[in-house]
Amino acid sequence: MIFLRRSGGPRPGVTDELALRVRLRPYRAVLASRARSQASYRANFALDLVSSFLAALVELAEVWVLFHAVTRLGGLEFHQILLVFGLADLAFSLADLAVGHCDNLPTYLRAGTLDVFYLRPQPLLLQLATSDITLRRLARASVGLVALIAGLAVNDIAWGVGAVALLVVALASGCATFAAMFVWAGALQFFLIDGAEMTNAFVYGGRYAATQPASVWSRPLKAVFGFFFPMAFAGFLPTLRLLDLPAPAWLPTWLGWCGPLAALWAWAMALLCWHWGVRHYRGGGG
Amino acid sequence: MSAIVETRGLTREFTVRDGRRRRRLTAVDDLTVRVEPGEAVGYIGANGAGKSTTIKMLTGILVPTSGTVTTCGLRPVKDRRRLARQVGVVFGQRSQLWWDLPVRESFRILAAIHALPAATERARTAELVDRLEMADFLTTPVRQLSLGQRMRAEVAAALLHAPRLVILDEPTIGLDVLSKQRLREFLIAERRTHGTTLLLTTHDMGDVQRLCDRVLIIDHGRLAYDGDLVGLGRATGAERVLVVDLVGPSPDLTGIPAARHLSSEAHGLRQRLSFDAEATTAARVFAAVAERVEVLDFTVEEPDIEDVVRRIYAARR
Repeated sequence: MIFLRRSGGPRPGVTDELALRVRLRPYRAVLASRARSQASYRANFALDLVSSFLAALVELAEVWVLFHAVTRLGGLEFHQILLVFGLADLAFSLADLAVGHCDNLPTYLRAGTLDVFYLRPQPLLLQLATSDITLRRLARASVGLVALIAGLAVNDIAWGVGAVALLVVALASGCATFAAMFVWAGALQFFLIDGAEMTNAFVYGGRYAATQPASVWSRPLKAVFGFFFPMAFAGFLPTLRLLDLPAPAWLPTWLGWCGPLAALWAWAMALLCWHWGVRHYRGGGG
Repeated sequence: MSAIVETRGLTREFTVRDGRRRRRLTAVDDLTVRVEPGEAVGYIGANGAGKSTTIKMLTGILVPTSGTVTTCGLRPVKDRRRLARQVGVVFGQRSQLWWDLPVRESFRILAAIHALPAATERARTAELVDRLEMADFLTTPVRQLSLGQRMRAEVAAALLHAPRLVILDEPTIGLDVLSKQRLREFLIAERRTHGTTLLLTTHDMGDVQRLCDRVLIIDHGRLAYDGDLVGLGRATGAERVLVVDLVGPSPDLTGIPAARHLSSEAHGLRQRLSFDAEATTAARVFAAVAERVEVLDFTVEEPDIEDVVRRIYAARR
């Protein structure tokens, strides 16, 4: 009897899981319907996939063309740059896939649809982030993934637990950093009228910078994309560490492990801006 | 019972840039109102009088500059997420539906957003579909709906979680007569069965006359009137009008006690007499008319509320 009663009682793990599922249900419902509706226009969807695949391919080709003129860039050779590109581009595409539509905020602001988010019992930022998903960005992510795999194959890597861990840490924190950039850019739209051009310069400029070796950046770029927006942590620094390459004098190689710190910093900045933005929208106070 | 909406000295200012100069604009000015559960309140005012600003403060979208507001016993800005479960808002101009999804799918997502249990969701959706006559277009994508259909879907979307307080911002704007009528009937029924509190802003005086038992008039952010429709007519001295159709042509019906002859048509076959609802009754005026001439038919016209609002505005300036 006692045994039965015990097993029939609520187990804390199970109820937690249930509560979490109930919590996630709204986001899942929205995202699933967005995905379905995009995939339902087959021809359109296929075209979208192809065009964003080509666009991503052109970006990779740019790097390749560059190496027709030079053999080394910032102390790295083409096969090494491939790894930088793969890491940074994959991280960016995944972030873009998940929260890239934070770009839509100006449209929402103009049309007043943001007010609709206020009338729903979920946090605003989470609603915005999960309000859409752009599946065609999967095509872009696939190019990043292929570049990364190729980069891993052609380079001489001392495989082990450390190398795998470094890869995972770099990819996850790079993705988080880029996602923070999108949120930061979205938050600024509360203040700027037609400010998307300006913030895009940083978001897409940041992506471009991240796929290049940080050692070729000019001093101001190093300041902006090395530390303020910590883009060097997405591709360049982990690659140096992974390939055990000599770093520029100003960079210790253990920085390759500091992606999570960079992500934390980026998110702190993004959330602070978001908070300010919402306050501004509501007109101060609260 | 505690109030469903209570504001004290609610004020909201905006800074507007006028060329290079900045100036303060008071959209809502020292508004003190109390709305009890179950009331149906018409919130009327000209464009830019402060209606939308008030609604945004009631729902936690805007932070008041000063004063306090409680909605459903909660502080709208601090408790926004809890409040969202108890309030439903219909904006006439902006949609909460997903334009590329069928209506039914939008309802399903909203049910998930409000964490409705499956049984509640089914029962409530069925109730709304039935009452708003939406069965014909449930599987149609929202972007293909007519305005009337879309508005009904919007109302259903806002009411799906059975909120205690429903705020409607210009719900009948642009609707044809039949759609308006349907929507009004639905709101009356919803209020009767669920005891829902209604707060609606409108330019359509028909909405106010059919739906509301209390009127708030706002002018330049200030409360200009708070009371029922009859009292509003009284307050502004608006008069009711008795229209009589007579059997034969007759001279103007002057000299009826407490009534004034307004006009005659077709040699006096139809005559209009206005009277002060305070001083006499329609029945008394009619009796006095019937004593003098033979009456074929008659109607009583209520004061035109737009005219009444205009008078309130004029009297305040």
